[in-house]
Amino acid sequence: MGALLRWKLDAPAVTPERGAALGAEAWRRLRRNRVAWWSLMFLALVGLTSLLAPLLPLPSPAALELSAEPTPPAGPWTSIGNHGFQREYWPLSSVDERLVDARVALFGDWQTGPWLGTDSKGRDLLSRIVWGSRTSIAVALLAMLTSLVIGVTWGAFAGFVGGRTDRVMMRIVDVLYSLPFIFIVIFLITILQGWKDLLETRLGLNREAVFYLSIGAVYWLTMARVVRGQVLSLRHAEFVDAARQMGASTARILFVHIVPNVFGIIIVYLTLSIPSVMLFESFLTFLGLGIEAPRVSWGLLAVDGADTIHPLGIDWWLLVWPAVAMGTTLLALNILGDGLRDALDPKSALAAKGAAQT
Amino acid sequence: MIRFLLRRAGWFAVTLFCVVTLSFAMMRAVRGGPFDSERALSPAIEANLKARYHLDWPLWKQYAAYVGPLELGEQRAAWLGGDGTRVFGGVLAGDFGPSFRYRDTTVNDILAQSLPISLALGGVALAFALVLGLAAGLVSAQYPRSSLDTLVRTTATIGIAVPNFVIAGFLVILFAFLVPLFPVAGYGSWEHMVLPGCALGLPFAAYIARLTRAGMLDALSFDWIRTARAKGVPPRTILLRHALRAGIVPVVSYLGPATAGILTGSLVIERIFAIPGTGSHFVNSALNRDYTLAMGVTILYTTLVCGLNVLVDVLYTWLDPRVALEEEG
Repeated sequence: MGALLRWKLDAPAVTPERGAALGAEAWRRLRRNRVAWWSLMFLALVGLTSLLAPLLPLPSPAALELSAEPTPPAGPWTSIGNHGFQREYWPLSSVDERLVDARVALFGDWQTGPWLGTDSKGRDLLSRIVWGSRTSIAVALLAMLTSLVIGVTWGAFAGFVGGRTDRVMMRIVDVLYSLPFIFIVIFLITILQGWKDLLETRLGLNREAVFYLSIGAVYWLTMARVVRGQVLSLRHAEFVDAARQMGASTARILFVHIVPNVFGIIIVYLTLSIPSVMLFESFLTFLGLGIEAPRVSWGLLAVDGADTIHPLGIDWWLLVWPAVAMGTTLLALNILGDGLRDALDPKSALAAKGAAQT
Repeated sequence: MIRFLLRRAGWFAVTLFCVVTLSFAMMRAVRGGPFDSERALSPAIEANLKARYHLDWPLWKQYAAYVGPLELGEQRAAWLGGDGTRVFGGVLAGDFGPSFRYRDTTVNDILAQSLPISLALGGVALAFALVLGLAAGLVSAQYPRSSLDTLVRTTATIGIAVPNFVIAGFLVILFAFLVPLFPVAGYGSWEHMVLPGCALGLPFAAYIARLTRAGMLDALSFDWIRTARAKGVPPRTILLRHALRAGIVPVVSYLGPATAGILTGSLVIERIFAIPGTGSHFVNSALNRDYTLAMGVTILYTTLVCGLNVLVDVLYTWLDPRVALEEEG
């Protein structure tokens, strides 16, 4: 948190103590914003649950019963069964294997009942939501990382070098911005399927990785714009001049001196764009271009839910619970993003406070 | 103004050129073509098919033929419905060539059939989003911090956080099964457009409501609003006459992205409601490797969105004369 706020200071003499004090100030402001604080806590809970999914006594998310009918949420509260992970069907990382072992040691064959109901193949919905959160969060984080790397580098470089280079680089961003990008991504993913052999054998990229990367490649544009704007205003700050006079290279000035100072705004934008990435994932999954069974993601669950709508009795729980999981998480991310922006920018915090009071 | 439009047209041409060229290159670089099927074709048939779609030409020639400025000869021109005399065929003349998957059909036929449907759906959705979003945002800004305001803001935030096919699902459950007001799916009468239009427009209505509220609150804090208030202009007139024009500037600048989003969203919505629009054709074409159709839709939608962005920029200067077109062109 310490480095977060240094970009606010125009004075070059930023000592670590003062930076920490400012970070602490932002942190305090965030804590005082009760809704944002609870959103953060909720997100931490979601993250922890998805991280510890193998440890939880949930039924298997993948064990199929082909003749099963969807059952609504009901008891019994607990049931007996094993975790049902077949190694070849649902590969687990070594850490997850440990967690599964710990789970068996802790709970034995005891597991939760169908609290949220089961789907048309007899799989437990709660378990699928928890396991699905792993994929959704992974998509969001990886796509964000890609967009972070491309966007920050592009924007910082354009803003720092300035002049003609800046104009050309930002013009490219403008042009890309005006494209209906999703069409191009769909096109890309389709095309990349034709290069599957090459990508998988040579580069070790599977379909999901390609999917993550192409989402990230779309979302760097806003990041580049925001970072460029910030860098432009910092370009002639005294500490940058000082670094230059001491003979620092452009890359060093950029990544050691400037980028840390725009970190606050980067974090805000990351928080605010994760929801749209998750929505995008569900969108592509709906079109059959994203996550595929047996893997599960929130997007896939929502798609399954939307698919079950038919006039002969509505399996509402299959639509409602994934929508609730996704909706609350994205809502919390939106609120947290707004809260972070207010916390990091006292001016807008005052405006928001004025609007939120009474 | 004219200089601005010319410059934008220039950039637009560059953009389209890049899109066409890149997608053409990627398309031809893929292994496996549209004629792959379960049954292996005999080499003679395959050669014939390739010859028919000119896939046996050198790449540059295929590209040139696709983009346009190449005399194609009487036969193909006649087959496309021309008289063999025009020099500019291809994309430049608005001709996207034959569909690879639907034999005996040109991409233009498919687009001519499906585009009006998609545009109608998109129009309904956009109108819905604008009306609902502006109304909610105005109410919210007129009575800030009231419970009505809180309701609007909460609903708007939730509307942004749920995928549109989930909204569609809820709408179908509510208004087609529980209260059977509208048909579940299909296309034909205006009733068929209501649910898809709502499902497609709602997330954008939510966003527009947020933008309107913020913009109006901003506009209401200006000095000239205080002046108007001081000289006794009724609140409603202040809101609609004085503040609205400045307050909806953010909404106008959002129209470009919103249209792009609605066009994209229609991919999903058309599938759910079984509407035979361009969106469903696009997805199918991408899955079927019907390259010409996929490219045709991509180029068409790019043109639409870019054109709309220019329109939005022009509107922008009309609303807020302080914005100079020349600077950003």
